[in-house]
Formats: sequence, structure tokens, C-alpha cells
Amino acid sequence: MVDAFRIKKQHVPIIVTTALLALMFAAGSLRYTGFFSWQVLLNLLIDNAFLLIVATGMTFVILSGGIDLSVGSMIALTTMLSAALVEQAGWPPAVVIPLVLALGSVMGAGMGAIIHYFHIQPFIVTLAGMFLARGLCYVISIDTITIRHPFYVNMAQTRIPLPGGNFISVSVVIALIAVAAAIYLAHFTRFGRCVYAIGGNEYSALLMGLPVGRTKVLVYAFSGFCSALAGVVFTFYMLSGYGLHALGLELDTIAAVVIGGTLLTGGVGFVFGTFLGVMLQGIIQTIISFEGTLSSWWTKIVIGILLLLFILLQRLLSARGEARDA
Amino acid sequence: MERIRRHHLFWPLMVLAALLLFNLLYDPDFFRIQMRDGALYGSLIDILFFGSPLALVAIGMTLVIATRGIDLSVGSVVAISGAIACLTISKGADQNDPSLVLAAVGLALAASALLGLWNGFLVTRAGIQPIVATLILMVAGRGIAQLITSGQIITVISPNYEIIGGGALLALPVSVYIVALVFLLAVFLTRKTALGLFIESVGCNPTASRLAGIRSDTVRLFAYLFCGLCAGMAGLILSSNVSSADCNNAGLWYELDAILAVVIGGTSLNGGRFFLTGTLLGVLIIQTLTTTIYMTGVPPEITLVVKAVVVLAVCLVQSESFRRKLVHSLATARSQPVEREVTPRG
Repeated sequence: MVDAFRIKKQHVPIIVTTALLALMFAAGSLRYTGFFSWQVLLNLLIDNAFLLIVATGMTFVILSGGIDLSVGSMIALTTMLSAALVEQAGWPPAVVIPLVLALGSVMGAGMGAIIHYFHIQPFIVTLAGMFLARGLCYVISIDTITIRHPFYVNMAQTRIPLPGGNFISVSVVIALIAVAAAIYLAHFTRFGRCVYAIGGNEYSALLMGLPVGRTKVLVYAFSGFCSALAGVVFTFYMLSGYGLHALGLELDTIAAVVIGGTLLTGGVGFVFGTFLGVMLQGIIQTIISFEGTLSSWWTKIVIGILLLLFILLQRLLSARGEARDA
Repeated sequence: MERIRRHHLFWPLMVLAALLLFNLLYDPDFFRIQMRDGALYGSLIDILFFGSPLALVAIGMTLVIATRGIDLSVGSVVAISGAIACLTISKGADQNDPSLVLAAVGLALAASALLGLWNGFLVTRAGIQPIVATLILMVAGRGIAQLITSGQIITVISPNYEIIGGGALLALPVSVYIVALVFLLAVFLTRKTALGLFIESVGCNPTASRLAGIRSDTVRLFAYLFCGLCAGMAGLILSSNVSSADCNNAGLWYELDAILAVVIGGTSLNGGRFFLTGTLLGVLIIQTLTTTIYMTGVPPEITLVVKAVVVLAVCLVQSESFRRKLVHSLATARSQPVEREVTPRG
């Protein structure tokens, strides 16, 4: 009975993140007028919907013990391709959106296949994917392509009213559905358990007879799909396609996943933790913009410090009871 | 012939030769070198000149990768080092004062060394994986650089400072000499002293080398310190070349280019085996590629696509299982699975 209430080791980072989130929101509310409102919280979701979707995909990759550096470029490629096809080629969005989603999944699966079948580090393969996607943007066009198609404009401007005079955007709904689906996928399906097993120890997973190859390829395909979906949402947000969109987003994404309590060596973590990690990054940005005098670079420094704290915390937790290797 | 073909520098040299040959056919002027105002000018000199910051970073990165580590923070260190140097000089009464410039250079290098030590400390003492440990500084570094310059682009007017990145000595750019010095120092340290052996053994197996009596922590700490210093020097060259510190763009993508150069040079990302000459060749290949793309009039952004193809090709060639599969499918007409995985059905 007592065991049921004892805090489990793998829950500690997520509890810390929740506490920090509450603390930051409380501090913001005390310090700034107009901070304590539902809309500020909802704006966190609205402004970070795309980050939430990418981070969800990244969580699976990191859980499986890999890393995906190509996500930011995939978003840029998606915005660019959507913009070029919709605005310049005149294709209907109903064709373009499934097409870009499929492309993201295929590129992800391709990277996963190279990683698994040729035993090359995920880091370097996804790095090549990052160069490739960013470069392909410029092959399409070097300049920004503005999107004026009514569907995209509608998606950007639609406000879904909530009780109390608050509202959210369509992107938030998509992001929340993605997170819910990912939670189901991670914790209630065979695929999810297999991802955790591979992240824990790939060799053991193979010996247990788990489909390691298929799962790894699927994980990267899922991350590619999430990046493309985030790209679609980003297109709603920016209403343009540009090769420099989402520059450096892979770092924000990895930071969000780590702050959310996922172990970078794989095998331990929660999709919901990533959700909290994204919210925490969002709230830091909100506080810095409310402060006014603080400049935007403080965001990077604060996120760097948080990253350090969480990595040290993880290290501390995993070092306990386990002999330190050289 | 077989021995030459098997030499680790064979393929990088072939690629470089092919690139140069393409340039020769495309535009014979590529190889023309002119003498103007006591300095040499020409595309080949440009390649050496523009490649020098990357070469410095890549030399440092080689040692880190040899210890089975990686340093993602070099781009940020480049930005910080340039920011510190330019800030120090801009604060002085006489920006051209040689002692002020020396102090600025010293401060910037000290800061870079400190940042390298910080990375090494996280990796060795805190026991964090290198990719994660250096990610922290990669994220926070650009913020720190902007904090130093208050988000502005600091411009300095200091001919003495400009010498580092823009001056010429005996007809060659000063930065090329800096690279040569650092390269010779690195080669001397790793090939003429036991340090190289230590680095390789730590990269092969940290635990075994610790048990064999090698201070693996100290060796790794040194590698990160050296890498930080190299990145700091690259930052000085870059900022001195344009006489300003631009925290957003200085050293952007340098970590990736440096890793690419190291990998092209034949150093395995798994550590344990490293080739400094190969790295230098890798840098020359990347820089020649960039110059070639500029010359042919293709939009320079396409370089990224080419780089992606090069990274993948090099990695695939290095991959044991890819070579085995390739040889296998070439040897036998019918394809057979080389390794079968245990995949249960249902």
C-alpha cells in the first residue's frame, strides 16, 4: 500500500517540471498585471502548437535512444513546398497537405532505414537530412513565398471560442490531438512498449524477439510525420513559406523533451512530460516579453540553464545505485 | 597500387583532385595566382583563406571525436570569442593600441579555453554524454554572446586587430599561418608524444584505458580544452576579418561543417582512430566545393544539398554493413539477406 504512494524515480523530473511551471506562472501572475488569466495560458498553446507537435515526435525518437536533428528543416521544407504548390502551382490544399505529410513520413522512414540497416549514428544521418531538407527549400525558391489561399488564411484566423470569452486556434486542436494520440501510442500499444524496450537496451530488445528494425524505422517515420504536421501548422501560423523558417528549432525541441524528463540515453520518459517542457519554454518566453526590458537572448540562456539542471538531475537519478562507468 | 588505394587519405585526395579538375575544365583561370601589393590573390588562395577558421575548429574537433566525444558548442564559442575581443577593443581609448589588441586576444582565448574546460568538466566529472553536455553550451552560448554585446553588432576600427583575419605575411594570409602552427602543434603533440596514443586508447575503450593506468579524464579534459581554444581562434579570425562581432551569424553551422570535415577525413565517429591530415583535406574539400558552387553560378544555398549527399556517401562508405551488403550484392546476382533479424509474427 505504501509503495503506491511512494514517488517513483522516473517521475521525479516530471514532478520538478510541473512544480517549476506552477512556480513560474505564480511568479508571473504576482509580478505582472494581466498575466493571471486563462488567455495567457491558452496563448502558450497557440504560440507553441507547432513546437508541441515536433516535440511529440522527437520524444519517441529520444525514447528509442536516437536523435533527430532534421525536424526544423523539415518544417521549413513543408512550409516551402506547401506555399509553392498552393500559390504557384495552384494545387488545392486538400491535395497538398496529405502530400507534404506523406513526404515527411517517407523522409523520416528513409533516415530510419539508413540508421538501422547501415549502422550509422542517428546524429549524422539526421544531420544529412537537415542539410538536405534546408537545401531543398532553396531549390524551390530563395525568397519568401506568401500564402494568400483562403483556406490557409481561414485556418490562421479562425478562433474557436471557449467559455469565459477565451479562444484557441485550429492549430491548438491539431496539436492536442497529436499529443493525445502520442500518449496512447507510447503507453497503450505494442509499438510504444517496443520503443521503450529499444531505448532501454537495443540488444536485449533484439534478443527478446522484438521487431527492432521495423520499430526504429517507424519511430523516425513518425518523427518525420510530426515535423511535417508541425510544418503545416507553422504555415497556418506564418502564412508563408521560407527556407529560413524554424531555424534552430531542433535545439528548442530537444531542450523541451529533456526538460520534460525524457532521458537522452533513451528508455525513460513520458509524452506528457514533453508537453510540460514545451509549456515551460513558452512561459519563459512570455515572462521575458512581459518584462519588456529583458531581451530575447535571455530566453536562450535560461533554457540553457534549465537544460543543464535537468540533465544533472537525470544524471543524479540514474547514477544512484548504479556503478559509475569511466 | 593496392597499398596506395588502401591508404586512408586516398579517397579524400581523389575527391579533392576531382573537384580541382572540374574547376580546371570549367574555368582555367581558377588556378591563376596573381601578385598584388605583396600578397597573392587567386581562387586557390581564397580557398585556403576562407577555409582557415573551419580548419582550426575541425582540428580541435578531430581530437574530441578521437576520444569518442563530440563538441556541438564550437559555433557558439566562435561567437563568444569574437564578441569578447571586439567588446574589449571597442572599450579602449585607442582602438589600434597593440597592447589593447593583445589583451583582447588573450581575454577571448582565455574565455574560449574556459568554455572548453566547462564542456570537458561536464563530460568527465559529471559523466554526461558529450552530445548532451555540449548541447547546453550550444543553446546558451549564442545567448551569452548576445549578452556580451548587448545584442548589437560591435564594429571596431583597429588595423592591428585586422591583421589576424585580413593581414598578409610573406604573400600569404596570416590566418593560414595560424592554421599551420596549430596543425603542426597538434601533430607534434599527438604523434611525437604519448598523448596521441592516450587519446586513441581512451577513444577505443575508456574503462580499459583507465584500468591500464591512463588518466582518461585528464586526456578527455585536454581534448575539450584544445577544441575550445581552436574555436576561440577561429572566432578571432572571423571577427577580425570583418572588424565586427556578429553574434547571430558568426560561426553558424560551424559545428556541422567541422564534424563533416572530420568524417570526410576518415576519422571514425566511434572514436579511437583519428587523422589530422585527413581532417585538413576534409576542410579543403568542403571549402573547394563551396567555392566551386559560387563559381558555377548555382545559388550558394544549394551547397546544403550537396553537403547532405556528401555526408551520406562518406558515412555509407565508412559503414561496415553497407560495404558488406554492397560487395555481397555485387558478388552474387541473387540477393540474400546478410543478417536475419528475429522478427516474430502476430
